[in-house]
Amino acid sequence: MAPGMSVLAIRDLEVRRGARPVVRGVSLDVTRGEILAVMGASGAGKTSVLRAVAGLDPIAGGSVAIDGLQLSAGPLPRGEALRELHRRVGMVFQFHHLFEHLTVLHNVWLALVHVQRQPLPEAERKARDLLDHLGVGARADAVPRELSGGEAQRVAIARALAVGPPLLLMDEPTASLDPARRGELAATLRQLASEGRTLVVATHDEEFARACAHRVLIMDEGRVAR
Amino acid sequence: MGHYWRSRIVARAWARAVMCVCAAALVAVNTAAQTPELRWGGDAEGGAPFVEADPADPTRVVGFEVDIAAMLAEGLNRTPRFIQTGFTTIDASVARGDFDIGLSGIEDSFARRTRLAVTVPYYRFREILTVRAADAPRYRTLADLRGRRVATLAATLAFDLLTAAEKDDGVVVVPYEDDVHPYTDLAIGRVDAVLLDEVLAERGVRRHPGLTNQPTSVGVGYYVGILAPQSIELRNQIDATLKQAMRDGRLEAIFRRWKMWNDDQRNLYARVTADESGSAPQTPTAAAQLSVWDATLRYLPSLLTAAVITLVLSVLSMALAIVVGVLIASGRVYGPAPVKALLTGWVELIRGTPLLLQLFVIYYGLATVVQLPAFLAALIGLGLNYGAYESEIYRSALESVPPGQLDAARTLGFSDRQTLMLIRGPQALRLALAPMTNDFVALLKDSSLVSLITVVELTKQTTIFASNIGTWFVPGMLCAALYLVLSLPVSHLARRLERTWRRA
Repeated sequence: MAPGMSVLAIRDLEVRRGARPVVRGVSLDVTRGEILAVMGASGAGKTSVLRAVAGLDPIAGGSVAIDGLQLSAGPLPRGEALRELHRRVGMVFQFHHLFEHLTVLHNVWLALVHVQRQPLPEAERKARDLLDHLGVGARADAVPRELSGGEAQRVAIARALAVGPPLLLMDEPTASLDPARRGELAATLRQLASEGRTLVVATHDEEFARACAHRVLIMDEGRVAR
Repeated sequence: MGHYWRSRIVARAWARAVMCVCAAALVAVNTAAQTPELRWGGDAEGGAPFVEADPADPTRVVGFEVDIAAMLAEGLNRTPRFIQTGFTTIDASVARGDFDIGLSGIEDSFARRTRLAVTVPYYRFREILTVRAADAPRYRTLADLRGRRVATLAATLAFDLLTAAEKDDGVVVVPYEDDVHPYTDLAIGRVDAVLLDEVLAERGVRRHPGLTNQPTSVGVGYYVGILAPQSIELRNQIDATLKQAMRDGRLEAIFRRWKMWNDDQRNLYARVTADESGSAPQTPTAAAQLSVWDATLRYLPSLLTAAVITLVLSVLSMALAIVVGVLIASGRVYGPAPVKALLTGWVELIRGTPLLLQLFVIYYGLATVVQLPAFLAALIGLGLNYGAYESEIYRSALESVPPGQLDAARTLGFSDRQTLMLIRGPQALRLALAPMTNDFVALLKDSSLVSLITVVELTKQTTIFASNIGTWFVPGMLCAALYLVLSLPVSHLARRLERTWRRA
């Protein structure tokens, strides 16, 4: 794909919680290597957009195209469609949701071995490289409950990146970080973008958004405000 | 499971409280009565002709033992009162003073004579081999039944005779807790013969036309009354009454009324009334001449074998319970609404009815459709019962894994099955481990219930041991020690696993 082309194209997206629409008529494009910050108050619909793109919540209307794969209204993707989707998009959650029973290293290689069917030694080496790259290589043998908020977040990023998705979604990444760490995270995301990743970051931390994003989108009551 | 046991304990406490109130009321009534009572214990479940609920008025009991009790009470100028007691606990109950005398087709034995005050014998019986009519020509004696299953009542002379025949003739002893099911199981082919006294054998053949009794007797025994060891004076008065009734024909009249009279009794009475010392004819049993220590050594191998059976049965049942529990829990967490409703109903049905009832239904109730071997029936019964409890543990453990982790797994491309196997299941297992350990230890002990469907496990073997040597002390201690040996390693292993996992 040539630089400048859309990795993520959303048209007239509608998402409902029960009968209540939480995202209405959202359209946006994100190009390769770009960091888009989606801002807005709690309940503005930021997380709902990310969850719909990640295939976690069903789409009620409109369409989402991720690196050539089309998602449209209807039931959640399953089986091969789900694997196709997640070759393209990874997600880092606000509370990380690391697998509590596995070590850091195991968290990162699990999907490489069981979803991408890579041999374990190769998957482990890749996982170690990623953890080193994100500055948490020393914590490879720790278990999630032994990690600080910042470390857990880096591990969650490594886990999402391991399977190599061109698009990475992050939900409130600064929520568990003290101010000093926010700067480090912004630098990390910038570096990832410079390596060709595309990032969509939902946040209500304006300072952080300005520090890392190429572009900022404001949402209000489920719509794009500006 | 915790709630289950707590509620059982509460229920038991209530039952005890109600019983105390009832007992107090009875005592109040009794002290008001003029004539003292002769409290006699027996098991109405034993049925006719011994003691059974009167079909015309189930609050009364009838049977030859009832008539003998009435006769003895009259001789002592007392009022007879029947006290229902399980057959296998009559000895222990009379020794601790629950009633004055036990009368329930109780066999004379050396063990009873050393522990209790025993009356003169009032009935002589032969041990009779009952077989299906078609097998009558080939199964004439115990020696013909090598490798065949022979049923009897546990802790009886017939059981001792069969245990000896197990060694000498290679028969397989199948002990029952009651004297009705040996004959029904013989009729449907679960066992190949029954050895019991002639009174029961006659009744068995009357009820099952396809069965027949072999003419030669395998052994001889006597029915006696048993009293607490310190009740020597009362025993002597009762002996005098019995001997008087043997002389004046009252006992004969009773046994004629119940169609049990024969020349054996005439000879017995002549001998008993002639012997002024009052000692009964000796009926040596297998354990008769042994001290408690020797008996323990002799019983130890069979106790160990029984402990292995308990262990194997418990481990296999637990394995089945885990499989059943995982399937039910998966259905209740992942299945469509009708499946969920069906499985919820099943779990409530199993948890809401007694395990004992379930075992009876599987072993006896289904016998007309499928005749499961006792061990398999026990395994299925325990496995299904505990499976229902396991499913509740697994369901709540599965639901305790944070849903965020399931979302994370989905965004990594794991299928639902992979998520269950790799992420949700392993974490649920850690949460389930402690309650599962509890359940396994509970199952180990609940497995003693399967003795009611003829599986001889640790508790059953202990009961047999205890009733043969006449004391619960040594057998009880040994049995408790063996249960602990079986359960402690499991608890220990679970604690170690939990410690290892706590790090994670």
